[in-house]
Amino acid sequence: MEYYKSEDLKKFGDIAEYDPELAKKFFDYYGAVFAEGALTEREKSLIALAVSHAVQCPYCIDAYSHDALEKGCNEKQMMEAIHVSAAIKGGAALVHGVQMMNHVKKVSM
Amino acid sequence: MVKSLKFRHSILSDSAEQINILKKFDESSFESYVKKSGFEKFLSRKIEIFQINMGKMCNQTCKHCHVDAGPDRKEIMTKETMMQCLEALENSDIQTVDLTGGAPEMNPDFKWFVEEIKKLNRHIIVRCNLTIILANPKFHYLPKFFSENRIEVVSSLPYYQKSNTDRQRGDGVFESSIKALKLLNESGYGKENSGLILNLVYNPTGAFLPANQSSLEKDFKTELFSKHGIVFNNLFTITNMPISRFLEYLLDSGNFEYYMEKLISSFNPSSVPNVMCRNTISIGWDGYLYDCDFNQMLDIKVNHSSPDHIKDFNTESLNSREIMTGNHCFGCTAGTGSSCGGAVV
Repeated sequence: MEYYKSEDLKKFGDIAEYDPELAKKFFDYYGAVFAEGALTEREKSLIALAVSHAVQCPYCIDAYSHDALEKGCNEKQMMEAIHVSAAIKGGAALVHGVQMMNHVKKVSM
Repeated sequence: MVKSLKFRHSILSDSAEQINILKKFDESSFESYVKKSGFEKFLSRKIEIFQINMGKMCNQTCKHCHVDAGPDRKEIMTKETMMQCLEALENSDIQTVDLTGGAPEMNPDFKWFVEEIKKLNRHIIVRCNLTIILANPKFHYLPKFFSENRIEVVSSLPYYQKSNTDRQRGDGVFESSIKALKLLNESGYGKENSGLILNLVYNPTGAFLPANQSSLEKDFKTELFSKHGIVFNNLFTITNMPISRFLEYLLDSGNFEYYMEKLISSFNPSSVPNVMCRNTISIGWDGYLYDCDFNQMLDIKVNHSSPDHIKDFNTESLNSREIMTGNHCFGCTAGTGSSCGGAVV
């Protein structure tokens, strides 16, 4: 079964059908978050691309791969952003090695 | 090197076929969007730019070219048509002449034509693809010639890196373009207070919209200066039109529907008053008149109630003509809009 369909991304706004008030609040917030601020729109797009990979959301990956190109990013910058995501994800697993070591040391002679 | 659609006898070399493909989106037609923006009739304003396509011959065969230009195209403007252009200019107060192609410099009468326009004291823009300057020793005169005639040079460089540029414009184009830009800089182009204007054109290397013009201009300036010591004045971001060779790319890569939906959903009503067809007249290599270079390539001549050949040029009737539109026009109204001078919003 193809669970994720790329054309479903266009239906994101349809979530308003069951709760328009909360949907409006979310989309207004979403728009405000991605507007140019202390960070540029491009920096925000690269952060979103990295997070999309961390949370492994297919819709977000498609959306922010495209968005990053439309913000003038090149392939190398985009891949570096994903490596940041991978480093944090990998690092998050690896740093728990300390927990493992703490436990091993606690129970070992 | 890639051959033109015409050389390959591609079905897309037929403009009627292209228009037919674009009709797939007639349910959300450009005309209806323009009407919704408050334009019951989409009329031109006073003509300010006289854009002349001097021919389809070019030393490059870029993958996105809306002209389907290339070395195998032989259509070029004759001296007789150029003389008709000069006469039309002389009898009008249009101040800017924009020379394009193909590579306009490949027309054997290019130099003569520029000098004649100069005698009429008009501002001249040459859309130079850069590599032509180095393509053959007979073109090495160009930087000096441009500067002596105070010509504004507008040149395509789709990205500040080799890989993206060469993917679109052909192997070796980036390095050759960098050399040509250095020669233009040596002639004073792009230098502060020289008055010699060098503008670059960015267009996306795929099925996506251009980035914000001012933000990308900063990147181009930083990268080109730090890596190559190159300076320039402005960057124009231009959206790829879903016609000709870019249409071929869209169809072959399965991106046609996606790209059209993107253009349509990004329609920006505030771009409509500023699109280039409203203050431009486009003259084909054979002297026929069009609302823009894209209509020219689709063989959509100016509205029938207006004179449609340069020999009958009449600013009075052309100044308030009804502009001919089609679904390709969404390319000029998406996002921050697009024109030969970049974003329009």
